[in-house]
Amino acid sequence: MMVFGFLMRLGQAGLIEISPSWFYQFMTMHGVGMVGIAGMGGAAILYHFLSQYVDLSKKVFIVNLVLFLIGAVLLLGPSLFAGYAGAWTFLYPLPQHPQGQWSATAATVHLTGLALVGVGFLLFHLDNARAIIARYGSLGRALGWPQLFGKSAEEPPPATVVAATMVLIVNILGLVSGASIIIMSIVGILNPAFVIDPLLAKNMIFMFGHIFINASIYMGVIAVYELLPLYAGRPWKPNRVFLAAWNVSALFVIIVYPHHMLMDFAQPTWLHVVGQIVSYGSGFPILVVTAFGALTLVHRSGIKWTAASGFLLLSMFGWSAGVIPAVVDGTIAANRVMHNTLWVPGHFHFYLVLGLLSMFLGFALHYAAGKDSAADRVAFWTYAVGGLGFTCAFLAAGASSVPRRFAVHLPEWQGLAAVGAFFSGVVLLTTLVLVARIAMRARNSA
Amino acid sequence: MTIQLTAALISFVGVAGLICVFLFVLSGSGQEAPYPDVQPRAYRIRKRLFYVLLIGFFLVPAFTLRSTPYAASADAPDSTIVDVTAHQWYWTMSQAEVPADRPVVFRVGSEDVNHGFGIYNETNRLIAQVQAMPGYINQLAVQFDTPGTYKIMCLEYCGFVHHVMVSEIRVVAATASLEEI
Repeated sequence: MMVFGFLMRLGQAGLIEISPSWFYQFMTMHGVGMVGIAGMGGAAILYHFLSQYVDLSKKVFIVNLVLFLIGAVLLLGPSLFAGYAGAWTFLYPLPQHPQGQWSATAATVHLTGLALVGVGFLLFHLDNARAIIARYGSLGRALGWPQLFGKSAEEPPPATVVAATMVLIVNILGLVSGASIIIMSIVGILNPAFVIDPLLAKNMIFMFGHIFINASIYMGVIAVYELLPLYAGRPWKPNRVFLAAWNVSALFVIIVYPHHMLMDFAQPTWLHVVGQIVSYGSGFPILVVTAFGALTLVHRSGIKWTAASGFLLLSMFGWSAGVIPAVVDGTIAANRVMHNTLWVPGHFHFYLVLGLLSMFLGFALHYAAGKDSAADRVAFWTYAVGGLGFTCAFLAAGASSVPRRFAVHLPEWQGLAAVGAFFSGVVLLTTLVLVARIAMRARNSA
Repeated sequence: MTIQLTAALISFVGVAGLICVFLFVLSGSGQEAPYPDVQPRAYRIRKRLFYVLLIGFFLVPAFTLRSTPYAASADAPDSTIVDVTAHQWYWTMSQAEVPADRPVVFRVGSEDVNHGFGIYNETNRLIAQVQAMPGYINQLAVQFDTPGTYKIMCLEYCGFVHHVMVSEIRVVAATASLEEI
């Protein structure tokens, strides 16, 4: 998936020739593939740690994985072999208006794959809910309500349980919204007489997409809660501030998605205002608690830094830093000239490359065991600098009004695309080195 | 200063500030201090940070929401009306020339899929945009300060030649345009 992204940046820089149809097929595979991997990686971290507190079903997790793999084949096959390029947002009615580029079958297979992946995650979260309720009595108790709103002297649930509960609540809602619009879109492709309100469809798609990708980060951050304290030699115990932050964010994450539609003037104005205001509030509670908590945890802790602990802290930086351009873009006055420019991938690659992928790498390096080599340390810093350069190139292009999702860039835009392509290559190569090192270390310690 | 430059400055300064904070903590992480000493001080800082963010949470919307493009677009008297329809992959407009220094309202819809109506000035800077959606008309009010040729680009992915869905609109000095239009 990273290779597709790298090729797209090279193509935009004019350094290689990619036909527009292949560019948009790469874009579709890159988008849907990365979101899927983000979700599955987050689910793996959540499953690993949550199963230490509650009795999760391994069978359900395997069913999720199998559905994911079948879904991945169905998602990617139509783009690789049948020209499908509806973007990961499958914005209705684009999948059924290909102008000859792909068939109704290709679009249907792609959306069926998406539905299968969604069903897998739905089962996974339902099983999490079952196990959490069996252990804690209710989702409210697992979110720490007795400690937050009452005078319970009991220890609050562990951070992992609080995060998993929040994620299952928001993601089930998002997945139901996503599954509904996917099924409606499939019906629309098979029977064009079936018409959906495009504004309703957009709301449902962005609600699903926004919640799913954010839930992936919230699942990944569990690795930070569980592992960073081991390196710092200090506990990370949830308190009332922690519980309040996660509870508030559960609500905000569900209602913030209208900030993706600030340029849909037909949408009621009050929804735009909600989108802006909740944008300001949705990231801050957890970030102030989590990023600040991570910094407090390592400050003067005598921590012995490794690549694993380094990536866990880097993830906190990536997540926090991404909030700044995100909040800027969530401001209606700025969105008017930043929406759908490269500013948008700039902010979310901060979250995903420097934030979420760093969580995955930290988690994998921790369990790969073995000692860090010089290669690991060099790879860590190269990844951090490469990731920063890569995301900043997007932001600079967005500030220069370069549109996102353009196969061909104007000559004056190609310089920034070349900078982005260079740093994209750095991130890609470093990730390959890190994955190889993780595999070697895991094999040696087995 | 353009909105884009302001946005970039805020973001890059903010990110640079965060880098400094993380490097500061990283540089002191090798020394050891008892956690019960570190934690209360950190909580005090967090409390202050929370209040600063809380003030920003109310102040910034109060400042930035004073005028929105929605209100301006719904209420633009004496404006020139331009009907715009998006198609895969071209624009049709009821007129290709509009006056400078007067409100122009673009009534934007789509015949097929979602598109984005983005207006770029002669330096290729985006000055306004609105989504073009089938079944809806989105009204976008723009007042062009400078005569010239402005580009219309599609800002919502709409298929495999999305990037060539470009058109132009000519903005002329107000008196000249009245005679011509």
